[in-house]
Amino acid sequence: MSEVKFSKEHEWITLEGDVATIGITKHATEMLGDIVFAELPEKGSNVEKDGTAGVVESTKAASDVYTPVSGEVVDTNQAIVDDPSKINEDPEGSAWFFKLKMKDQSEMDSLMNKEEYDKFAKESAS
Amino acid sequence: MEIKKTSLNKLHQSNNAKFVEFAGYEMPIQYSKGIIEEHKFTRSHSGIFDVSHMGQLFIYGDETLTDELEKIFPLDLKNLKQNCSKYSFLMNEDAGIYDDLIITKIEEGYLIILNAACKDKDFEILSNLLGSKFKMNLDNNRSLIAIQGPKSVEILNSIINGVDQLNFMTGNWFDSDNQKLFVTRSGYTGEDGFEISISNDKAEKFVENLIKKGAQLIGLGARDTLRLEAGLCLYGHELDINKTPVEANLRWAISKSRLSNGGFIGSKKIMNQMQDGASQIRVGIKPEGRLIAREKTKIFDDTDTQIGEITSGTFGPSVNGPIAMGYVNKEFSKVDTKILLEVRGKKHPANVCALPFYKKNYVKGVN
Repeated sequence: MSEVKFSKEHEWITLEGDVATIGITKHATEMLGDIVFAELPEKGSNVEKDGTAGVVESTKAASDVYTPVSGEVVDTNQAIVDDPSKINEDPEGSAWFFKLKMKDQSEMDSLMNKEEYDKFAKESAS
Repeated sequence: MEIKKTSLNKLHQSNNAKFVEFAGYEMPIQYSKGIIEEHKFTRSHSGIFDVSHMGQLFIYGDETLTDELEKIFPLDLKNLKQNCSKYSFLMNEDAGIYDDLIITKIEEGYLIILNAACKDKDFEILSNLLGSKFKMNLDNNRSLIAIQGPKSVEILNSIINGVDQLNFMTGNWFDSDNQKLFVTRSGYTGEDGFEISISNDKAEKFVENLIKKGAQLIGLGARDTLRLEAGLCLYGHELDINKTPVEANLRWAISKSRLSNGGFIGSKKIMNQMQDGASQIRVGIKPEGRLIAREKTKIFDDTDTQIGEITSGTFGPSVNGPIAMGYVNKEFSKVDTKILLEVRGKKHPANVCALPFYKKNYVKGVN
């Protein structure tokens, strides 16, 4: 599995073969607060880099989830739809959002590594 | 304009509050545990709310004050006993609501608790209506602390002996630690609880004491989920200048004895609406599934006709599901009516339901 990469919209992504797994970062969940609703893209649909691919809602507000890369949705995580609090508990692990079959793996190149993202998150939070 | 701070601001900071601006004040939206934990703690134990941004208007005067206030509020104030509180509204001639409020008869006058965002305008309106005959004081030297939840009576009584003897919607002055506190048994969470009016310089120590006894600070975020579960209106959402008390389904708050003769501001409109019914009415709404319908969500019938709008919507932690309130055309206001909510371009099924979503635990009478 590839190293974890991060987007400016606070998604994380890992790549295994040509299938990417995408979720939202711990930093994102801390900003959102308690997540009480999640909506995921439909299996078989195609999503475009930086386009919306879902929604999360906290007790306070709704936020779009973006996809950092393009591809076809091959799997979604029903467990977080059934119990959205799992997203707060393990955002960068078991609470992944969806898996994409990537079209163009070079889209990974422009994303941040962990160190870059941590710095970005710290700066954008202050 | 510089943001205002309550006397508990430092205490909020040291308890890791996340702040938001609310009605010109820097207020805690939540602390480190988060809205759901804070909500549940209030329902099971005891939550402390800083509501010092709300207005505490003391009006003093002779017996003509009651007559003058009856020309304004739809209440039977002549028969209101001292230290008893009533929920009411400040309205315009069309019965549009300037503010909703709690009025308590005190010695030689009244104490009115006003919403933070409305208090300055309310003061202006009331000053114009009452003239200079009475002493009016929108008291900025006092903080207002609410303590809510089943353990609150025990905790507060250990600090202010005797508050356990108050009935719901009554209050009194108490002496504690060489200070005069005005305590009412009331609140806005659907739980038993109290609101304590205390001078600013004593507020922090008092709240620290409550925390020592086991209560916890709760932010405005949980205050909103708690009041919504309890089916209570929030000004600026369920209530505004274009809504009347009858439309807001608050006709219970209008004294029956005042309806026959009127004589209060907005009485004509209220009496007409009481007779003919309002065309739109506030209802409880439960979306099916987990979908949350926020404020301004459009409500439709099954023929694609818009029949109303959501005014508040969130996830109810104690209900463990989404809840909302909104206005619908009166023919759709019956409990169990099927309606559709348009969220992100798609229509989702929901049902009109009875309020509150969460059953109240008020203490009706202890003596």
